[in-house]
Amino acid sequence: MELRIDMTDEVEVVEKKAKLVNPEFVEEVIKAGAVSVNLCWQCGTCTASCPSGLHTAFRVRKLIRRVQLGFMDEVLPADDMWMCTTCYTCHERCPRDVKIPEIIFTLRNMAVKMGYMAETHKKAATLLVKTGHTIPLDDKAKALRKKVGLIETPLTTLSNSEALEEVQKILRHTGFDKIVGA
Amino acid sequence: MAPLRYPGIESAARAVLSALDVQFSDLKDVSCCPAPGVFRSFDQQTWLAISARNLALAEVQNADIITICNGCFASLFEVAYILNNDREKLDEINAILADIDLEYNCTTNVKHFADILFKDIGVKKIADSVNYPYKNLKIAVHYGCHFLKPSNVKNIDDPERPMILDKLVEAVGATSVDYMDKNRCCGAGGGVRARAKEVALKMTADKLENIEKAGANCIVDICPFCHLQFDMGAMELGKTNIPVVNLAQLYGLAFGIDKSKLGLDIQAVPIKLDKG
Repeated sequence: MELRIDMTDEVEVVEKKAKLVNPEFVEEVIKAGAVSVNLCWQCGTCTASCPSGLHTAFRVRKLIRRVQLGFMDEVLPADDMWMCTTCYTCHERCPRDVKIPEIIFTLRNMAVKMGYMAETHKKAATLLVKTGHTIPLDDKAKALRKKVGLIETPLTTLSNSEALEEVQKILRHTGFDKIVGA
Repeated sequence: MAPLRYPGIESAARAVLSALDVQFSDLKDVSCCPAPGVFRSFDQQTWLAISARNLALAEVQNADIITICNGCFASLFEVAYILNNDREKLDEINAILADIDLEYNCTTNVKHFADILFKDIGVKKIADSVNYPYKNLKIAVHYGCHFLKPSNVKNIDDPERPMILDKLVEAVGATSVDYMDKNRCCGAGGGVRARAKEVALKMTADKLENIEKAGANCIVDICPFCHLQFDMGAMELGKTNIPVVNLAQLYGLAFGIDKSKLGLDIQAVPIKLDKG
């Protein structure tokens, strides 16, 4: 009996995947400020230290490798990097001084610019644009403040519209309102 | 987070600082720090500029900033550090602040409430102010991530084996118990609570289980966001036997400050501590 294996499909899949690699991605990440990304030699201390990785599929080491290799389309749209609590344990323990949270912040900024942003995060961003804070001053908060002997409205942008306008000017200058669609 | 969700922490911190003769006033017109986990993730330039405005407002008054939150501390301290060390970035941010006729000249010191208590006031003076000691209380301390880390920037205490908060809670006569993964994250930070609460809660469940195994009567923290994660998390996980207490609330009780100012009952899990 003749054993024949058709390899055409597999070759096509590999070729398709290879086309997704963007060799310039790592340079873009470095230019955006994450200068330490190529110092990583893949020891895995970060993954072993990650409290989020204990409960999710998020693997810090793999994230860094994907960036080094240019797998932009596997990194930026994915949930993975948003599972990082920025606890800095990996930063503390990395034997190569890779500033991992800095890299994650940079990648998240890129993702947000491309429109990948959770609805709950958009909500927090919108509150900053509208009030200068991320938590609303509602009647409940006012009542609680009064109960413990504090003035109901803190002396922040919440009580001075000119101060709030200053914050909003800054947000317009950086384009934050547009970035987050607020 | 403290002023609008856990105002008892703000009120307790004010009362405790006054009791320890620390002079302070409200820094008017400030905005959110802004919260590092979310806003640094969204746009670092915005994070730097909004935080620099807050730093510049303190600079105008020639004042240091005290924060009672690890998140505010992360943003304000780290933005100050970045701008102190990167002239080009400072110029970029000042070009933004020029829109509102403000300039930041890198002179504002940012200090965390706990760091002031430990280094500027000292455990001895705190212990001398204790009128109602808690001798039988077993406390599980939770430092939170951004008080000490990144340690190359913060340089406050050993991030893997810190002792500041342990010494601070022992000033009321209590025992700080060791527990597994004591320095691990509460789970809330980095925007994870907002984006994937179930993931945040799994990390919180780990902490609560280890704290319970160590026989602690309460958790003491120094960050209102960790506080929210433990307090709301306890309820969400149905594990409400161990209350979370902010260091300022613990001191408020031990100093004998009017309980109505401490917000002990405005949490999901009210604070009730037995004196020894």
